[in-house]
Amino acid sequence: MKLASSAIAVALAAISFGAQAQQITGAGSSFAAPIYGKWAEAASAPTGIKLNYQSIGSGAGINQINNRTVDFGASDMPVKADDLKAHNLLQFPTAIGGVVMAVNLPGIEANQIKLTGEILAEIYLGKITKWNDPKLVELNHGVNLPNLAIAPVYRADGSGTTFVFTDYLSMIDPNWKTAVGSSTSVKWPVGNGAKGSEGVAATVHQVKGGIGYVESAYAFQNHLVTTQLRNKAGNFVTPTMEAFSAAASSADWSAVQNFAIDLNDEPGAASWPIESATFVLLPTDAKEPAQSKAVTKLFDWSFSNGNKIATDLLYVPLPVAVQNAIRAAWAAQIKG
Amino acid sequence: MLTRAAGLFVLVLLGAIIVSLFIGGLPAFRHFGLGFIFETDWDPVQENYGALVPVYGTLITSVIALLVAVPLAFGCAFFLTELAPNWLRAPLGTAIELLAAVPSIIYGMWGFFIIVPLMGNYVQPFLIDNLGDLPGIGFLFQGPAFGTGIFTSAFILAVMILPFIAATMRDVFLTVPPMFKESAYGLGCTTWEVVRSIVLPYTRASVIGGIMLGLGRALGETMAVTFVIGNTNRISTSLFGPGNTIASIVALEFPEAPGGSLKLSSLLALGFLLFVISFIVLAISRMLLGTKGQK
Repeated sequence: MKLASSAIAVALAAISFGAQAQQITGAGSSFAAPIYGKWAEAASAPTGIKLNYQSIGSGAGINQINNRTVDFGASDMPVKADDLKAHNLLQFPTAIGGVVMAVNLPGIEANQIKLTGEILAEIYLGKITKWNDPKLVELNHGVNLPNLAIAPVYRADGSGTTFVFTDYLSMIDPNWKTAVGSSTSVKWPVGNGAKGSEGVAATVHQVKGGIGYVESAYAFQNHLVTTQLRNKAGNFVTPTMEAFSAAASSADWSAVQNFAIDLNDEPGAASWPIESATFVLLPTDAKEPAQSKAVTKLFDWSFSNGNKIATDLLYVPLPVAVQNAIRAAWAAQIKG
Repeated sequence: MLTRAAGLFVLVLLGAIIVSLFIGGLPAFRHFGLGFIFETDWDPVQENYGALVPVYGTLITSVIALLVAVPLAFGCAFFLTELAPNWLRAPLGTAIELLAAVPSIIYGMWGFFIIVPLMGNYVQPFLIDNLGDLPGIGFLFQGPAFGTGIFTSAFILAVMILPFIAATMRDVFLTVPPMFKESAYGLGCTTWEVVRSIVLPYTRASVIGGIMLGLGRALGETMAVTFVIGNTNRISTSLFGPGNTIASIVALEFPEAPGGSLKLSSLLALGFLLFVISFIVLAISRMLLGTKGQK
C-alpha cells in the first residue's frame, strides 16, 4: 500500500515538475531494465531526473554508448579495460542477480535435485545424457531419478545470462573452456535454443527431462522448479536471496579494475555459485557533462534509497563498501 | 513526372538496401571468402562464422512448407471455385483471406504453446517409432522428440503461406472464361478433368506466381520460425532435429553483435544472402509469369 501511494505521489510530482525535469537516456541490458525503471520512477521526484531507458540487449547498449547516442549504456558483461579506455568510458556495477537451473522431472520438487558445476558442464557438452546417469544418482541418494533423456535448453538470443552461465562452466571445466568458451552466445554442442528467459522456461516446462538456466528473478516470480548447486566450499546451497548476498559479500571487490568483477564460483560456505553484477557505462568525456552528472545523481539516489526496491524485484543490492567506491570513482572521473 | 519520381524512388531505395547490406557484409566475405557460404561452423567465441546452416534451414523449411501448403491450397481453391455451394463460397473465401491477416507473432505463439506440445507428445513419437527404422528414409524420422525443429517450423510456415497461395489460385481460377469450361462440360468431361485440362493449363503461370509469392514469404519469415525451430546452428539429418534460418539467426544475434565486429558483418552478409535467395525466387516467378504473355 505504502509503495502504491508513494508511486502515485511520484507520478503526480513527475507530472507537475515535468517541464523542469532533466531527461537522461540509457540503453542496453534487458536483465537490468525492470530495476532501472523502478529506480528512475522513484527517483524522479526527489532528483528531478527522468530516465528514458531502452532495453535492447547488452551488446546493442555498448554500441550505443560507443557512438554516444545515449547518455549511458548498460551491459551484463563487463567491458574489457582496453575497450573502456579506447571509448573513454567509466564502468560501474549497479545490482547483482543470480542464475539458477530449472528442471522438469516427473515427481521432483523444487530444490530436491543436487547438481554440481562439473555435471552441468558434462550435460551441456552431451557427455551425460540420462537423468539416471551414475554420477547424478550418486549425488542424489534417496531421489528416484527416472530413466529419461536429458534435454538441455539454452538461450538462443544473445544474452548476458548466457555469458554468466558459460563463464561459470569455463571456470569449472577446462574441457568446456577449450571446446566452447564463454560469451553472450556460444556454439552449443547439444540441446535446443529458445528465445528469452520466458522461452527457456516454457521449453523446459514442455519437455520432460528438460533443464535450462534462467535469471533468478525470473525463476522466483514464475515459481520454476529450481535445483541445488554445489559451491566452491563444497556445500550444496539452494537459490535464495541470502545465498546470492553471501556470494556478493564474499567477493574481493578491491582486487579488480573498473569494478569488472566476476561473481561466479565465489568462496564462502553459503555462497550461490552462479551470479553476476550488471554494469553501467558512462562517458568520461561527455559533450554535455551535465547529462553524465545526472546519471550519477540518479544512481547515487538509487544506491542510498533503492535497496528495498531492488530486493523487492529479487535483485541483490551492492555491498555498501562497493557503492562508496563507485561514488569515489564518480567524483574523480565525472566532471560537471 | 511525380509518378516517375515515386517509381524511381522505390528502385533507388531497393538498390540502397542491397548495397548497404553488401557493404556491411563485406568484411565477412573478405575474411572468410567464398567459404562463408559453405562453412557450417557458427562459433561466436572463436569468431568463426559460416552461412551454410541457416541457408540450409531457410531452404529446407520453405521447401517442406511448400510441399504441405500447395496441395492444400489447390484443394481449397478447387473446392471454392468448382464444388462449393454458392452460399458457402463467400464466407470460406473470407476465412482464408483472414488467415493471411494474422500477425506472424500469433502464429509463433500458437506454434510454441499448442503445436509444439502436440508434435512432441504425439506426432513425433509416433513417426519416430513407426518410420524411424525404415531403410532409406528412416534417418529423416530419428532423434529425440523435442516438439520443436525443422518439421514443426515447416508446418507453421505452411499454415502461414496457405492463404496467399489459396487466394491467388482462387482468383485466377475465376478468370477462366466460362465458355471454355462449359464447352468441356459439354463434351462430357468430369469436374476433375475440366480443372486438369482447362483451368490449370490456362492459369498455370499465375498459379506458379502465387506459389512463389508464398515461398517468398516463407523464406523471410522470422518470428514464427524463431519460436519453434529450436535455434541450433547444426545441420541434422532428422526432420525433427533443431535448426536455424537466416531471418531467425539475424533477429536473435543482432542485439548482441557489437558494432564493427566480424559477427555483425557476418549477420549483414547473411541478410545479403537472404536477399539474393529471395531475388532468385522472384526472378524465377517473373520469368514464369512472362511466358504467359508469349502464349
